[in-house]
This record gives sequence, C-alpha cells and structure tokens, in this order.
Amino acid sequence: MVAVRPRRLAWRLAEVVKVVPETPRTKSLVLEVTSWEGHKAGQHVDVRLTAEDGYQAQRSYSIASAPEDERLVLTVDRLEDGEVSPYLTDVLMKGDKLELRGPIGGYFAWEEGDGGPLFLVAGGSGVVPLMAMIRHRTAVGSDVPTRLLYSSRSYEEIIYRKEQEKLAARDGSVEVIHTLTRSRPEGWSGYHRRIDAEMLAELAWSPDENPLAFVCGPTPLVEAVGAALVDLGHDPAQVKTERFGATGG
Amino acid sequence: MGEGFFSRGFRGRSRRQDTLLPPGQYLVDGFPVLSAGPTPRTSLEEWDFSVVGEIDEPKRWTWEEFQTLPSEEITTDIHCVTKWSKLGTRWEGVSVDTLLEGVETTAGYVTAFCDGDYTTNLPLEEVTGGKAWVAYAYDGAPLEPEHGGPARLLVPHLYFWKSAKWVRGLQLTSYDIPGFWESLGYHNYGDPWREQRYWGD
Repeated sequence: MVAVRPRRLAWRLAEVVKVVPETPRTKSLVLEVTSWEGHKAGQHVDVRLTAEDGYQAQRSYSIASAPEDERLVLTVDRLEDGEVSPYLTDVLMKGDKLELRGPIGGYFAWEEGDGGPLFLVAGGSGVVPLMAMIRHRTAVGSDVPTRLLYSSRSYEEIIYRKEQEKLAARDGSVEVIHTLTRSRPEGWSGYHRRIDAEMLAELAWSPDENPLAFVCGPTPLVEAVGAALVDLGHDPAQVKTERFGATGG
Repeated sequence: MGEGFFSRGFRGRSRRQDTLLPPGQYLVDGFPVLSAGPTPRTSLEEWDFSVVGEIDEPKRWTWEEFQTLPSEEITTDIHCVTKWSKLGTRWEGVSVDTLLEGVETTAGYVTAFCDGDYTTNLPLEEVTGGKAWVAYAYDGAPLEPEHGGPARLLVPHLYFWKSAKWVRGLQLTSYDIPGFWESLGYHNYGDPWREQRYWGD
C-alpha cells in the first residue's frame, strides 16, 4: 500500500512591498507572495532569517490580513531582547526579501461558515490573528455579531485602532471594547484594568447563545480569561486559545 | 528555496549556544505555555489513569494508587514545535514501561488521551524502553495545571506537543490514528532532529 504523502510546506521568498508603523512597537509587513494558496483567518506563518554565514533563526508570526486581501500582511511586535522581531521591525524595508512558509495551524481559525456570535479577546499583539478574523468577516459581508475585547497597556499601543473605530461606526454588528492597563488618556471613560471575570460577565454573550470565543495574548491573560469563561458556563470546546509571551521572539 | 539567499543586515545571536539544539530551535529560560483551549481542572479525587484498547485486561489507577508506583527522576532537554527549546528540565514521574508491565499486546501504536479532549498518537516503541513517562512533578514541585498538571506525558525525544498535558490514559491500537495536532497539519511523528514540524516535512 502506498501512503499518501502530504506535500511539504515549502519555504518561499516573499517581497516586502510596504512597512506600515502601527504603534511605537509594532509594524505591519505587507508582503507580495507569489502564488500564495490562501489561508484561514487566525493562521500563522513561519519566518526564517539567514545570516551571511548561513546561521538561521525561525519564528512564527500571525497573519493579519484576511484571506480575501490581495497581499499577505504580518504584524510584528518588537521584543526588546528578541533576535528576530527587532530585525523585522527595524531593519527590514521595502524591496527586501523575506523567507516564509505556511499557512500553519488549523484550530485557532475562523471562517464565516463557523458562525457565531463571535467573542474575541486580545491582549497586546494577540489582536493580530483576531483582526484577520474581523477583516475576513468584513470582506465576505458577514453579519455574525462580533465583539472584540482588547487589552492594551496604553492608548498609543492599541494596534489597528482607527480601522476598528471605523468598522464599528459603520457596522452595527461589530463592537470593539478597549481596556487600558497602564496609562490612559485624560477623559478616558472606558475600562482601565486587566480583563477580569466581571468584565467578561458583562461582555461575553450568555452561554445560552453558545458564542465562539477566541482568546489570544500573553499566557496570564489567556489563562485568566479561559478559566473565567468556563466559570461563567461557557463550553470549554467553544473557547479557543493561542498564546505568545516570553518566548524570546 | 533559499539556496544562496541571506537576509540583508541580519546577523543573529551568538552561535555557541545553539550547537545543542535541533534545527530551527532557539533557547528559552522561561517555560512558555501553549494549549488550544482553557486549562481543564480535574480534582485529584476524580483523576485516574488507565491503559485501554488492545489488551486483555484494561488497567486503571486512582491518583493515590498512581503515587505508589515506582517513580523516576528525569533530566532532559525539551523542544517545542513553536521553536523554543529548554535544556536540562527536571521531572519526576512513572515510566510508561512500568505502566505497561505485564501487558501483552499486538498493538503497534498508542493514543494518549487527555482532559479537554486532546489526543496525540505515537508508535508504541517510542514510549517504551525508557523513552517516555507520565510526569507529575516539575523542578521538584507538583506540576502546575498550565503546564499539564496533575500529570502529563513526557516524551522528550519528540516535539513537545507529543508530551500531552492533562493526560488520563493510553489507548493501545493496532493502527495509527492521527491525534489533535496531527490532524491539523502537524507532523505525524515529530522528530525535532529531523525538523518534522508539519505534514510532509
């Protein structure tokens, strides 16, 4: 018997078409990838850097663009002691090439057919795969009720803030709720604490509505939100998590 | 792809530390956490561990019984498919050899099953012969729930998703059944030294 051997995800060279600063620490890399086979919102790619002496380093980055978008976009958070992210945010520029392979990960992903309501919870750059879901939802004209609860350290560090504001203003079925954990602008009337059970009780749909929750952020946030949602009566199988954190990226 | 390609302006970190690592991995000091859903909470009163499937008599231990089994201390490097590696991690647990003692089986594979409905599949010979444990302590303390406590499988020679968290038992099977990540694009075998991260690697 001949086993079916799945095709390998090959490394390919993407071209940087544009670098877009999002916040003081994050930039979006807009990439031209020839014959990209497409992805699901929420998936990621592996990026590989090669030094002149052959040394290589790999990291994973979430895809920020919708599957429907013309270009592949990665949004990268600059980690102070990182090996790869400072290169991507500080050195890489338009016209450079970047090696990547993907898409990877089929669990933390949302397609219109998966339905909702959709409860998205993000901490910091954990918003990136969730933004891909929101962009996909918009691109296909979905009206799945969607709420994004997004925790940032400060107002300046909110990624995609303007895009989220515009979308929420014109689409009544999308709500974006921010909480700021370290500093807040004068007159800020929103939440200003870490995401907690009380906030989730106010904002997550009732478990009766069987919302689909996607939670992405640093481990303490993901652990706390996952536990609180289960305590509130949500089915653990409806809560999907993805983490990033002190992994040196 | 990539023959002769290099990343303009990329130098990378010191090379010395990376000689012990499988290809594409980098060292971390912390202990990152990865899981697909909320951390399950199973009380030790409810917890049990069983060996089922292609065996004449299924085996089962309560938490208390499991603690009386001979345990081993293991110091090992671990390699996560998300590319971090951690060297010299210290564990305590029961060897899978001990759990399978006296078991006669024609099974060639095993599926580890877990709280939270997670599964992972392995060839039986990869979890026997001193290569795998059910670990309940890490660094001298009970294993934290976020790292898989009360107990997790420890199969350090394969990528760490094979070391299933919150493990509750082993099912012996005569054929190979892809587990959770193995059905979602991750490699069926997962050898870090051959960089078997994804399907087709």
